[in-house]
Amino acid sequence: MIGVVLRRLVTMALTLLAISALVFVIIKLPPGDYLTNRIMELRATGDASSVAKAELLIRQYGLDRPVWQQYLMWIGVMPGAAGFSGLLQGDWGWSFEYDKPVAEVVGDALWLTLLINLTAVVFVHLVAIPAAIYSATHRHTVGDAVVTLLGYVGLAVPGFLLALILLFYANRWFGLSIGGLYDSALTNQPWTWEKVRSLLAHLVVPTLVIGLGGTAAMIRRMRANLLDELAKPYTVTARAKGLPPLQALLKYPFRMSLNPFVADIGNLLPHLVSGSVLVSLVLSLPTVGPLLLDALRSQDQFMAAFILMFVASLTLVGMLISDLTLVWLDPRIRMGLR
Amino acid sequence: MSSLLSIRDLAVAFRTETGPFEALHGLSLDVLRGRTLALVGESGSGKSVTAQAILRILPPSATITNGRILFRDGTSETDIARLPAEGPAMRAIRGQRIAMIFQEPMTCLSPLHTIGDQIGEALRIHTGADRREADARTQEALARVGFPDPRRALRTYPFELSGGLRQRAMIAMALILKPALLVADEPTTALDVTTQAQILALLARLQEETGMAILLITHDLGVVANIAHDVAVLYRGRLVEAGPRDTVMRVPGHAYLQALLRAVPRFDMAPDERLTPIRPARAEIPPTQLRAPLDGPLLQVEGVTKSFTLRSGRFWQKPRVVHAVSDVSLVLKTGETLGLVGESGSGKTTVSKMIMRALQPDSGRILFDDGGGPRDVHGLSGDALFAYRRTVQFVFQDPYASLDPRMTVRQILSEPMEIHGVPAAERRERCRALMAMVGLEPGGLGRYPHAFSGGQRQRIGIARALAAKPRLLVLDEPVSALDVSVQAQILNLLKDLQAALGLSYLIVSHNLAVIDYMADTISVMCRGRIVEEAPRAALFRRPMHPYTRALLAAVPDPSLDHPLDFAAVAGDRNDPSRWEAPYRLAPDEAGTMRTIEAGHRVRYGAAQAAEAA
Repeated sequence: MIGVVLRRLVTMALTLLAISALVFVIIKLPPGDYLTNRIMELRATGDASSVAKAELLIRQYGLDRPVWQQYLMWIGVMPGAAGFSGLLQGDWGWSFEYDKPVAEVVGDALWLTLLINLTAVVFVHLVAIPAAIYSATHRHTVGDAVVTLLGYVGLAVPGFLLALILLFYANRWFGLSIGGLYDSALTNQPWTWEKVRSLLAHLVVPTLVIGLGGTAAMIRRMRANLLDELAKPYTVTARAKGLPPLQALLKYPFRMSLNPFVADIGNLLPHLVSGSVLVSLVLSLPTVGPLLLDALRSQDQFMAAFILMFVASLTLVGMLISDLTLVWLDPRIRMGLR
Repeated sequence: MSSLLSIRDLAVAFRTETGPFEALHGLSLDVLRGRTLALVGESGSGKSVTAQAILRILPPSATITNGRILFRDGTSETDIARLPAEGPAMRAIRGQRIAMIFQEPMTCLSPLHTIGDQIGEALRIHTGADRREADARTQEALARVGFPDPRRALRTYPFELSGGLRQRAMIAMALILKPALLVADEPTTALDVTTQAQILALLARLQEETGMAILLITHDLGVVANIAHDVAVLYRGRLVEAGPRDTVMRVPGHAYLQALLRAVPRFDMAPDERLTPIRPARAEIPPTQLRAPLDGPLLQVEGVTKSFTLRSGRFWQKPRVVHAVSDVSLVLKTGETLGLVGESGSGKTTVSKMIMRALQPDSGRILFDDGGGPRDVHGLSGDALFAYRRTVQFVFQDPYASLDPRMTVRQILSEPMEIHGVPAAERRERCRALMAMVGLEPGGLGRYPHAFSGGQRQRIGIARALAAKPRLLVLDEPVSALDVSVQAQILNLLKDLQAALGLSYLIVSHNLAVIDYMADTISVMCRGRIVEEAPRAALFRRPMHPYTRALLAAVPDPSLDHPLDFAAVAGDRNDPSRWEAPYRLAPDEAGTMRTIEAGHRVRYGAAQAAEAA
């Protein structure tokens, strides 16, 4: 088992390395970068001192060097102007647009992104699993039809539209401002109890909006999976043993139907990050989604590359979690490892 | 003797798209205490529905519309038909007083839970036993059903066990609370004959020990003759005959049981005797076509060997090699049938796949004579290979899985002809002829496979194999997935087609009675090797090898005069190191085949062969 985990960790590191190269190449594909664009702009306005500063930055970050050297400096295996200083050393680079280190710009946004998305994932499972179980065991009843209908509506309504509607009515009916993740007055305050409470209150709507599509999809798939498993002979065996219906359902068919969802955890996290960009914009949530969009548009290369690396790491960690969970859940996979 | 369970006027109806369908109409029968009642009938006769009604585990679309199911446990009498299906009273009976075992021991056990967990579960829910107590009792139960190492078995998963052990685990699960009634729904149908005999012996022994009654649902009259005390025959949801076994089977009063008895292959059949199907099927067998006789055999398998490498999870470990087929040689003459017999895992399917060129042998040759002299099948390429593909066709075991549900019968039958370039007009003509040949209405050509029954689907499978005008058909367990009532039809059809079209058959089966009915020569395989080969009559007259004898001894005969010798079938008959003296093989020893009479060859151990020389 430990051998398997070690092997996986080594593969993960190699995968991450490959992804970093890919990310960097793609970001460098369009001609120019943030600074050259900026210099052109500044030249047009004749601001000589700013031009000099920008040129200094170019030299400092080696943007005048070949791409492969820039890449090696970025990941920290080749000395730049400040010696070895890259991802491996924990230096995430400089955001030219904000004129601050990337770490400072991204800062809380990383953890808030994780928080919102994990809340959404938990919400999806908490709602979808009972709904799917109800729907599968009460097949072709009114309840099943209602769950199915709500599911389709959830699938069909775009998240940002729902966000807009909620934003409007929350303000109109309750006088609430649900934008942001905490009260705007608290934005630059240190983390206090009051700020945490405000955060929790503001989490409700984003969770609902981001999780809705996923919930609807999961109900549909889980219901179909469960219906397949309910028809299997081992379910009949469990009933013939005298198990109460719910206990029999949870112990056998439900557990069998979990596998595809566990296998999906790896895909879920990055999907939620990229899928929630629009919603984050509408609800002005301080997540990395909008930051990534901006960074890509303005060719703020270190910023964009870092966020993409963050999403890639999330994916890999998610896959590791899902694989380990599968090994733990399913003896057939466990035995296959031996 | 008092009856433990009395069913009176039981009626069960299913809701279907075409309106209600009554599966049981007024069934009445009694299960006596401490005895085994065999419920016999073909599929669709309502046997399984009866079992499900007794346990109240009918599918949601079925309801008990009338009648009583009186269960007299101890002094109390309960009408099971009146209890709420999921209520506490019914649940207390299920698993505790009435338990059930099923046909498919793999799919009836959850692959995600240890068998210790699944067996002990009934104990925990009914008696509130804690995990440790349940484990101790489970271990006892596993020992009682013959698990070699019950302690270790507690923590094994079903997929780590053989089919026989899985069924033993199911039995342990059903019997752990010592129920008054065991309902066994085709408990041995999915098992090899030797395993089947062992399971039947086990059921008989456990009944003696605990005094439980058994309701045994089966279509196999051989099984009935060997372990039932009483017999009830169902036909289309009605009881047509019931009584003590000897009365019912010696003087079957009802025509239906007589027909059932005549429809199954038996060992004591006269050489030219034909099976009599319950419902005669009309097939238009084409006039006999003569083929130019070959000088030599049609197919020759010479010393073929195949091993598989199992990937090991730890990369520093050496991968495990499994020898599926070791040095197998076979000869099949034109117009004859070669039977390949063995238990699951003996390598017989691997051999048939190599003949089909679906697998490449590691060594050895497979020679096929298409009229132009024998050629090595695995050396063929291009046009010669294409022609070979046409000449050798396959009939699959499972008629449900082997026909594409999205193709009409016409498309299914036309496809091989399209591939081999038959013009469209001729294809249409031949499709109709093929349907008539296998006894189906040409009107069925436009329908999809789901519109046909299992036996009809197998006919379509045969028609598809014949569409390309082959010379050799490989039949892999062609009737084992079919109901007894249609087995006879299919076997007779295959015989008639063989005679008319000059076909050669390679038939692979674990059912010796089927092989006996069909084959001219028989090869018995065990652990990848042929242990005995002989003309049909010689093999059954004078079986030499201990493995062949074990296989023969394990086949339950429907005649009451040939009861199974349960003592003889116990133990590992497929372990070469435990065969008796002249045949015993040391591990990894190949032994030698020796001719004991014309065409009859048996594998002897090397030590013995040296002594004789």
